[in-house]
Amino acid sequence: MTDLPPIVQFRDVHKRFGEGPPVIDRFTLAVASGEFVSLIGPSGCGKSTLLRLVSGLSPATAGALLVAGAAPEQAREHLAFVFQEATLLPWLTATGNVELPLRLRGVPAAQRRARAAELLALVRLDHAAELYPRQLSGGMKMRVSIARALSREPRILLLDEPFGALDEITRNHLNEELLDWRGKAPFTALFVTHSVAEAVFLSNRILVLAANPGRIHAEVPVDFPFPREAGLRERSEYFAKVAEVSHEVHAAEEAKRA
Amino acid sequence: MKPRDRIIWLSPVLSGACFVALWYALRWATGLQSWILPMPGEVLRAAWTEHAILLRAAGHTAVGALGGFLAASLAGFAIALGLGGARWLRTGLYPWLLVLQMTPVIVLAPIIVLWAGPGLPGIITVTFLISFFPIVVNTTQGLLSAEAPVVDLFRMYGATRLQELRMLRLPTAMPFFLAGLRIAATLAPIGAIFGEYLVGNASGGTGGLGFLVYTYNVQIKIPALFATALVSCSLGFIFVAAVSWLNWIVLHSWHDSFERGER
Repeated sequence: MTDLPPIVQFRDVHKRFGEGPPVIDRFTLAVASGEFVSLIGPSGCGKSTLLRLVSGLSPATAGALLVAGAAPEQAREHLAFVFQEATLLPWLTATGNVELPLRLRGVPAAQRRARAAELLALVRLDHAAELYPRQLSGGMKMRVSIARALSREPRILLLDEPFGALDEITRNHLNEELLDWRGKAPFTALFVTHSVAEAVFLSNRILVLAANPGRIHAEVPVDFPFPREAGLRERSEYFAKVAEVSHEVHAAEEAKRA
Repeated sequence: MKPRDRIIWLSPVLSGACFVALWYALRWATGLQSWILPMPGEVLRAAWTEHAILLRAAGHTAVGALGGFLAASLAGFAIALGLGGARWLRTGLYPWLLVLQMTPVIVLAPIIVLWAGPGLPGIITVTFLISFFPIVVNTTQGLLSAEAPVVDLFRMYGATRLQELRMLRLPTAMPFFLAGLRIAATLAPIGAIFGEYLVGNASGGTGGLGFLVYTYNVQIKIPALFATALVSCSLGFIFVAAVSWLNWIVLHSWHDSFERGER
């Protein structure tokens, strides 16, 4: 997969808001198609800003950013975004929420219904298809939110701390399932998280960022083969990798204070 | 019935009983004459003797109140759409809406008679003026209340402005609009009665409750005046009940203000 041109490419990207200090400075990164890259680091390191740049919601101040070979605003059809909050529309059922992006695209009703049913089955919520968000637990809401993102058949999925508000057991389950869904509907993932354990479990590669301005402090490859099972969390190589990344995260924080 | 439900039903009955008891106690303590402070029994008796007149007047008032309420709902919604849609309309129009709201209707009464004419058109205009403002304010607030990440999502997923309005902003505004309607529903009968008092035209027996207030006052029929107040309240309750019903129809399946569904 390294022979293909990168699907996301930052070259010396710089971002500041108004006249403020730079949030991201000379950021260079190439993400290969099919990779799962996690971004981790202290608050203020610009993790979320990087995702917003890729999504085209916020333009870079300087530098070059290519998404699927085009400017971010032109690449939107290839993207989907999952936020920390499920951001479901409370007046729509689970089905209605999942089919929303297709509705916006003008896909005929029968077709999008069928697609929504498929996706809800994938995230194991077929029994909840006609329930409203207030009737769903936090984990179920997040599954609907991810199914909604997948309905766009994105080549790139941007996830901004999607499991940050969930308890650890639910989070672990969703981590395993996310990899499972990725096996069935492949996408490149850019994943922002505060959890080292989660990043190690999910990623091919972890970028540890330092703050003020946001920049790459360290890059840690994670070579455990896919598919990964829950048992991985009990293995010593996993612990070693978690320790390695944790060490870099602490070092990045020290760098911030210095 | 569960104990909690029993309390919910019992508490207004109990507070009502306390109120009536206090009423009698006040009479007993002060010795006020019945033409100054009629007792509940006397009010009910007056309501019964005058019921034909009261009901016919209530009917006339209901027409004015409903007309003004519908006009306020439609115009209020339309104005809010404009205010919610464009910042320059918000800054340009809102101060003048405030000016209109702040101007006492009593000052406008002669102008209303001059422009809309006495009788029903004038009454509807007064009702409109008294009840449209909460609808405008609430609905505008609602249209601006969509959460930022959801708005981002709509933009990212290529929604047109019309789609954003139809699929995001209008449903978000719906509970706000309904809250505005509920306030307007309490104001509309008051507005109509006030309108009848100010700009009404009672010729040909078309006087509403506002006209009765005037008549009973002149005739010093104080128990009948209290009965008129009772009928006005009832009219208000019917309006509020109708809006509450609409509120339930629109929101009960998804909105947090209604009982949560099964998990």
